[in-house]
Amino acid sequence: MNLTQLYMFTGVMLFALGLFALFSYRHLLRQVLAVNVMSSGVFMMLIAAANRAPDASPDPVPHAMVLTGIVLAVSATALALSLVVRLQAATGSTQLSEEESE
Amino acid sequence: MRSRDMSANVIRGSLIALIAALIAPLAWAVWSLPEEGLGLRPKVVMNLPQSGASHPVTAVLLNFRGYDTLLEIAALLIVSVGAWSLGEAQETDDSQSPVSPVQRLTSQVLIPLMILTAGYFLWVGTKSPGGAFQAGALLGAAGVLLILGGWTPAPSLHWPVRISLTLGLLVFVVVGTSVMAAGGYFLEYPASWAGTLILLIETAATLSIGLILTAVYVGGQPRIWIDHLPGDKGESL
Repeated sequence: MNLTQLYMFTGVMLFALGLFALFSYRHLLRQVLAVNVMSSGVFMMLIAAANRAPDASPDPVPHAMVLTGIVLAVSATALALSLVVRLQAATGSTQLSEEESE
Repeated sequence: MRSRDMSANVIRGSLIALIAALIAPLAWAVWSLPEEGLGLRPKVVMNLPQSGASHPVTAVLLNFRGYDTLLEIAALLIVSVGAWSLGEAQETDDSQSPVSPVQRLTSQVLIPLMILTAGYFLWVGTKSPGGAFQAGALLGAAGVLLILGGWTPAPSLHWPVRISLTLGLLVFVVVGTSVMAAGGYFLEYPASWAGTLILLIETAATLSIGLILTAVYVGGQPRIWIDHLPGDKGESL
């Protein structure tokens, strides 16, 4: 396995770790952070995939996709955090309610 | 109590098994990629002279995949609308952590420098890494620094800010449709105008992105813009 494949594999593992954390923790902030870890794994995989040319020049299309992805991850995190802040101000809890209320 | 521990372990174990079942084909796909692949770089380099930018990533972002960038700016605008639709901005309580003189002086020095550097990023994006999003991110950081220093917007800024938030998307769509009048498809810039059009789009996008990031940090519409009728408690700076 060369270095590029190692980085791509690490990206996939980061995605798996983030997915596990997303389902395992109830605190909303930890879930937002888990989604960020997942997106970082995807970006790592894309950047490594841009490095597969025989000469050392990188492929610009995955780089552009990662730039777009970073901006969207930041904005989605911003919206999620503003929702968490509002939920905490309104209900005083940082977890979604577990009760089956009607 | 013990059965709850056991069922928690069963759930965690099945979660790990499910994630492993998802990740194993992905890892196998990564493993089985051929060692080398040319990718899309040759095509990008071949079309670079007509794209209007001399840096391949900028050319991909603003010309070859310009539609993705258009949707990205629209997504940013939707995020700002969503964040502001939750209510007005929460009151900041400056008595607990007043703005220190060090922070005030540093902000006064840093914020103009950040705006200048954002302009540099915007300009240099045509031939090296840079462009609208990097410059917009720096402007957003300058805005956050401004808000942290205790700045509150004046009532007269209400409509200029609202219009500037949408300006990036508006300019992008107007440019994209007006090149259709010149005989091309949507977002197909004519080769001689491509550089100018890209710079125009990027300038409007930089302003919008910086304002959107600052607006989401503020978290809601500033109260002073809601109570801006005379006779209310609208106190400006």
